[in-house]
Amino acid sequence: MIMNTIDIRIKYLHIYLILRSKKQLSTNRSHITSQQLLLLPPSISPSFLLRSSSHLQFPSLSLSPHRAKLEQLKTIGRELAMGSQGGFGQSKEFLDLVKSIGEARSRAEEDRIVLHEIETLKRRITEPDIPKRKMKEFIIRLVYVEMLGHDASFGYIHAVKMTHDDNILLKRTGYLAVTLFLNDDHDLIILIVNTIQKDLKSDNYLVVCAALNAVCRLINEETIPAVLPQVVDLLNHPKEAVKKKAVMALHRFYQQSPSSVSHLVSNFRKKLSDNDPSVMGAALCPLYDLITIDGNSYKDLVGSFVSILKQVAERRLPKSYDYHQMPAPFIQIKLLKIMALLGSGDKHASEQMYTVLGDLIRKSDSSSNIGNAVLYESVCCASAIHPNTKLLEAAADAISKLLKSDSHNLKYMGIDALGRLIKLSPDVAEQHQLAVIDCLEDPDDSLKRKTFELLYKMTKSSNVEVIVDRMIEYMISINDNHYKTEIASRCVELAEQFAPSNQWFIQTMNKVFEHAGDLVNIKVVHNLMRLIAEGFGEEDDTADGQLRLSAVESYLRIIGEPKLPSTFLQVICWVLGEYGTAYGKYSASYITGKLCDVAEAYSTDDTVKAYALTALMKIYAFEKAAGRNVDMLPECQSLIEELSASHSTDLQQRAYELKAVTGLDSQAVESILPFDASCEDIEVDKSLSFLNGYVQQSLENGAQPYISDNQYSGMPSISNFRSQTHHEPSTHGLRFEAYELPKPVEQPKPTLVSPMPSTELIPVPEPSYSREFQPAAAVRPLADAGSNEIKLRLDGVQKKWGKPSYSSTPSTSNSASQNVVNGASQHDGTGNVSSKPRDTSYSYKKQPEEIDPEKQKLAASLFGGPSKAQKRPSSTSHKSTKASSHTIEKSQETKSVAEMTPPPPPPDLLDFGAPDDTGSSSIIDPFTQLEGLDAGPGALSANNSSNISSTKESDLMSLFGDTPMSPQSGFVDTLSTTDDDLIFGSSNATSKNGHAEQSQGSKGPNLKEALQKDALVRQMGVTPTSQNPNLFKDLFG
Amino acid sequence: MIKAVIVMNTQGRPRLTKFYDFQHPDKQQELIRTLYSVLCNRPENVSNFVNVDSIFGPDSQLVYKHYATLYFVFVYDSAENELAMLDLIQVFVETLDKCFKNVCELDIVFNYGKLHTIVDEIIFGGQVLETNSAEVIRAVEAISKLEASSTTNRFVPKSVSSWRR
Repeated sequence: MIMNTIDIRIKYLHIYLILRSKKQLSTNRSHITSQQLLLLPPSISPSFLLRSSSHLQFPSLSLSPHRAKLEQLKTIGRELAMGSQGGFGQSKEFLDLVKSIGEARSRAEEDRIVLHEIETLKRRITEPDIPKRKMKEFIIRLVYVEMLGHDASFGYIHAVKMTHDDNILLKRTGYLAVTLFLNDDHDLIILIVNTIQKDLKSDNYLVVCAALNAVCRLINEETIPAVLPQVVDLLNHPKEAVKKKAVMALHRFYQQSPSSVSHLVSNFRKKLSDNDPSVMGAALCPLYDLITIDGNSYKDLVGSFVSILKQVAERRLPKSYDYHQMPAPFIQIKLLKIMALLGSGDKHASEQMYTVLGDLIRKSDSSSNIGNAVLYESVCCASAIHPNTKLLEAAADAISKLLKSDSHNLKYMGIDALGRLIKLSPDVAEQHQLAVIDCLEDPDDSLKRKTFELLYKMTKSSNVEVIVDRMIEYMISINDNHYKTEIASRCVELAEQFAPSNQWFIQTMNKVFEHAGDLVNIKVVHNLMRLIAEGFGEEDDTADGQLRLSAVESYLRIIGEPKLPSTFLQVICWVLGEYGTAYGKYSASYITGKLCDVAEAYSTDDTVKAYALTALMKIYAFEKAAGRNVDMLPECQSLIEELSASHSTDLQQRAYELKAVTGLDSQAVESILPFDASCEDIEVDKSLSFLNGYVQQSLENGAQPYISDNQYSGMPSISNFRSQTHHEPSTHGLRFEAYELPKPVEQPKPTLVSPMPSTELIPVPEPSYSREFQPAAAVRPLADAGSNEIKLRLDGVQKKWGKPSYSSTPSTSNSASQNVVNGASQHDGTGNVSSKPRDTSYSYKKQPEEIDPEKQKLAASLFGGPSKAQKRPSSTSHKSTKASSHTIEKSQETKSVAEMTPPPPPPDLLDFGAPDDTGSSSIIDPFTQLEGLDAGPGALSANNSSNISSTKESDLMSLFGDTPMSPQSGFVDTLSTTDDDLIFGSSNATSKNGHAEQSQGSKGPNLKEALQKDALVRQMGVTPTSQNPNLFKDLFG
Repeated sequence: MIKAVIVMNTQGRPRLTKFYDFQHPDKQQELIRTLYSVLCNRPENVSNFVNVDSIFGPDSQLVYKHYATLYFVFVYDSAENELAMLDLIQVFVETLDKCFKNVCELDIVFNYGKLHTIVDEIIFGGQVLETNSAEVIRAVEAISKLEASSTTNRFVPKSVSSWRR
């Protein structure tokens, strides 16, 4: 009570001081602050206050001196009121500490104060017989000191000791401090585990909660077994708060080490039907994680999730779960996220969701923040699951509501949602073109980046120029290297996929390299070189020549600019060396002069020098081969002399080689370095047959013959060595599992083919184990290829039990498997894309007069241009066959590229039903594939008309109530037992449908995997050309 | 999952830091400094979301809210909804406001321990535990009551209490 009066007095003093200071400051904020404090009683103020204060405007930098003063005034006010009583249960010392830190004028002064405090604490904390209250304060001060960035490790042990105390206040403080101080592998943890065990069994639920809190933060893989039984017991604790926390702690264990709690994951399912909705809500988080990893094992829960969501949305939960008049929004959001995962690529599961999603979107309350959160999540879910036209229309309307809002937050969410929806219905973006462009020009950086993400997703050949130009412009303007790298690799990717002309492509690449050269992936560089070397068409040599010449010209222009990134210089040197003197435009001496300049200007960069040197060698070789006289420039000679004595052996070798080459006659030179042969295959005689004569001779002279590896059984073969060293680190990390090794050898097939038990989360087929245990003689002949085969076969098997794939139409799966048999061709994929009627409804809407014509132009270039867009695909389908034949012919090269990415699996006997899509998906751009397959019933081509009707049917079904839902609604055994329970009573989960899971398990190609792969490729920054027919098809023409 | 809760003032001084994945103290300071430079460079009237992949590693989002002299910052990953996180800040601040009656920066500085208790009742091990501020306050009050009773007991010397019995 006394505390309270003091508190109130302080408040008013505070107000008084502020009011006084207001006269001097007269800033917007102090005004509002005082108003907040004066006019509004605390009981009704909060939400209003907070909302209003978030809309405040005040220049943040110019105010800082005032602000400091204000803060100081406040401190003094409090100080005055509190006097020496040390209010808030804190001592005067702590108050002084905080105050003096607040008043510190510089960082150094602050450090001095804190160091002094540390000294005091060090001294006092070890004193005997400190009163408990005082001890608590010391620990809090310690935490405070560490938060300010100073080392408080000397006090850790005291915090640990405190957790042992019987006094709840001290115990809680101790737990708080250790959770903030210690890492989960800290040595001191072992001293706490015992206390935690004891506290988890305490009668007092608050003690249990405190211990659970500590468990989340301090227990790691090793210590989980020590507390696991207690935590599991708590799952049935009478107190709801404890139950909830126990579920979350178990979730935390799962995050830390899935294997240690894998036998307990069924608990999460059980908790889904807990009497207490908040416990159910807590169980959703771990289920979300589990479903992210393996959705198939949880397909049976779809019905339950849907019915829970329905009940929540219908306000069947107690009022206390409402938040801003919204029924349990956080639970709704989690459910929607889970449903999006489960429904993705699963028509059957998706159909159960349509009704409830439609209701949610329709009834959404877009006036509140949280209402929009649920709306956004519903839209995301609708665009993630199997598409439904009605739902997508509703989602598009919802998005337009978000985009039209004044709030930047909602616009941000709207753009994000649009990016998700655009994959399914590409023409949605058109309605919002101006909103998108507004966002692009917004001063808000977050919004801008989101918008670039959207543009990246909607790029096609008709708008690629505008988009990439915009991206590069933005890339140049920012300093954030992380994002610069990302956007640069996106530019490269888009340019490769959609480039309208070679000229443009080279120029774009030049720009990207010039401004972010050192940030882009090195593969991009090699890709560009190969692209220039290979050219874009087979028969059209003049086009290739033009491309190369334009590249050479542009590089000669750029080369003089200061401070080019190293990677870019490597490209320049290589291209100049290869094609600089070709086509007779530039003389050898001109090019070599330029190359010498580069080597001189970047004398610290050995790689660039090496490239330049090799380029010089090529040019001299070409000159020689052409029968011209080689006059080496004096600067070249001095460069070569210098590099022959270089510290780098690589440079030395190159220099000597150059000298040697120039000394040879023209015929020898031509066979060593033929012109434009960078793409030709070099035959390597791996069997070293040319040495046979020599070996024979030696044997005749009495030399010992080599023992072949097959006979060499006593010793581990080389390949075995390799596999062992390869395995060393992994076996090292998982030492206990070494004893289980023989298992897969005894029955390798049953373990692989038999269905995984649902509790087992991560299938662990370890191909290498079986390999290791085969006799060396058997391994040897297979060598590397053999290992590949084993691995790949497993992949195929795993897929059977893996994620379900998206479309199960027999036509696609057939053609997909054909693909694999044919090796590299991918007619159907590209054919699909081109046959898709693109933008038939494209009509450029007339915009109102008052809109800036420039903006309109931009909008038109981004969203419009239907004629161009339609022309492209038709030509590409024609070219794609060429592309594939091209790939086959150049298979040797593509192989070298493919080495970077996982090799396509060979056709396999074990791999029957499941179409192998890893091969095709890596070749076809998954997004275009997705567009082709997914574009909704409207956009599907005529040969898929059966598909259309079926979707329509489902559409109708979803309209006529939820009767079709009930037979499919999955069974949760526990759900049916707790059927009479208040909240979940109406979940019609009685009919068991055991087949649902299996039938869903083996559907069609794997969209999710393809997307993941695509994401990976995007992350790596480059799609290797051979894997990317789009590049060819666009660059061909 | 929520990765971190940070409260700092407009001068970049941390007022509350809680990382749900352990971060070394030095790393914490560095993170706070980078965050501050990000936040104070953001103009007024823009969205409250920032992508912080470059600071917190891949898949990190940040939502912040500026109240008077304080920034409230939540860092989270894609398993959470942005707008919901924004509202969670609102829940947090509402709770503080109810606990301290018109909360200001000083309440937060002086009630460091209590602040942690409140956060622990809202977020547990990186997951959202409770969003009803009345519930949170009830839980916090239960704890304070227990703590108070445990300390008042101590005021009576053991010898005396046993003598009474």
